[in-house]
Amino acid sequence: MDKELAKLFEIFIASALINNFVFTRFLGLCIFFGVTKKVETAVGMSITFTAVMMISAALSWVVFNAIMVPLDITFLKIIIFIGIIASFVQASDTIMRKVSPGLYYKLGVYLALISTNCIMLAVPLINSGEHYGFIESITLGLGSGLGFAMALIIMASIREKLELADVPVPFRGLPIAFVTTGLIALAFTGFAGIITS
Amino acid sequence: MGSTEAAIRKPNSLQIVVSGIFKENAIFRMAISLCPAIAVTTGLKTGFLMGIAVVFVNAMVNVTVSLMRNVIHPRIRMPIYMLIISGWVTVADLSLAALYRDAYKQMGLYIQLIVAFASILTRAENFASKNKVVPSFFDGIGIGTGFFFALMVISFFRELLGKGTLWGIDIIHAKPLLIALLPTGGFFATGLLMGFFNWIDIRFYGGKGAGGASGH
Repeated sequence: MDKELAKLFEIFIASALINNFVFTRFLGLCIFFGVTKKVETAVGMSITFTAVMMISAALSWVVFNAIMVPLDITFLKIIIFIGIIASFVQASDTIMRKVSPGLYYKLGVYLALISTNCIMLAVPLINSGEHYGFIESITLGLGSGLGFAMALIIMASIREKLELADVPVPFRGLPIAFVTTGLIALAFTGFAGIITS
Repeated sequence: MGSTEAAIRKPNSLQIVVSGIFKENAIFRMAISLCPAIAVTTGLKTGFLMGIAVVFVNAMVNVTVSLMRNVIHPRIRMPIYMLIISGWVTVADLSLAALYRDAYKQMGLYIQLIVAFASILTRAENFASKNKVVPSFFDGIGIGTGFFFALMVISFFRELLGKGTLWGIDIIHAKPLLIALLPTGGFFATGLLMGFFNWIDIRFYGGKGAGGASGH
């Protein structure tokens, strides 16, 4: 039991810090640069993202292990995962609009952005590639969701300050954001030594 | 009729390709589909394979969508496009896995993630669904080549500075800069090159350097 918990903790830390999706795996950059202009939107995105990520990790684990492995159609995983995620996001969009319009008003716009996100697809793909169990898959989803949330909030805070800086004209906007991200990524390489296996 | 049509189409297809490489370059100008630009560009070879895969998928998706444009009902077009894209990505994924085992181990996940490229879906929606097969094919080639070109430039600098080699052949006999191979180097290289392309745009074409300013 202890060993299992340790393994879960390891997956969590590894996915949130060491293999942070933005800074070391370079996924979800489109959203990362898109929503980090303000801290407020970054927080909204983080909440939506982490929730959707965990649920889609769980859903795709069930479909992968209960349907695709027995039928021996694992080579279709790209098509099936993207179908699951797109329809799940669409469904939660519709349900949220009916059940809780207030929440939808706040977070609905982020849901639309999520459906074609590469992290959403990467988590099920990593889970199936590493043959993770159900709990492990959810842990990976949670860890990478929180890691992404942290990256978004750090970046948004920096970019709010960056607005006031006098950046050379060709570098305004994305180029300077890239260089900044590079510096944060440099700091994140420091986490690489936490877990030695 | 055939000859005039060919005469009109010929510069057109060239223009379409060129515009995909420079004016609408997915990475440096439109700032979409950035993820693999940094992930697979530690060496020219992985960058090259990734670029080829993207050109292939982009062209084939455009051709397929264009062929089916009269059959697809507008209301369900997005899911259909996703299906077509993921089908072709699976083809590219399995072929690369069979042909280049070593490189595939390093970049397999990113090949599979081509499916989430905004640039491919955008072209299917904006171009291929409205145009005939041949222009759509060239549009796919152009957009794909623009992406390919960007990958090659980034990985050229990163491999040269980070390992002192190009395509595995020694070029510089000095201690390489490890930072170019780290994730940081990828972000730096992309940011600096993007700034450089903006500078060219401002300096020579009188643009506003808006490339990537409103990127997704």
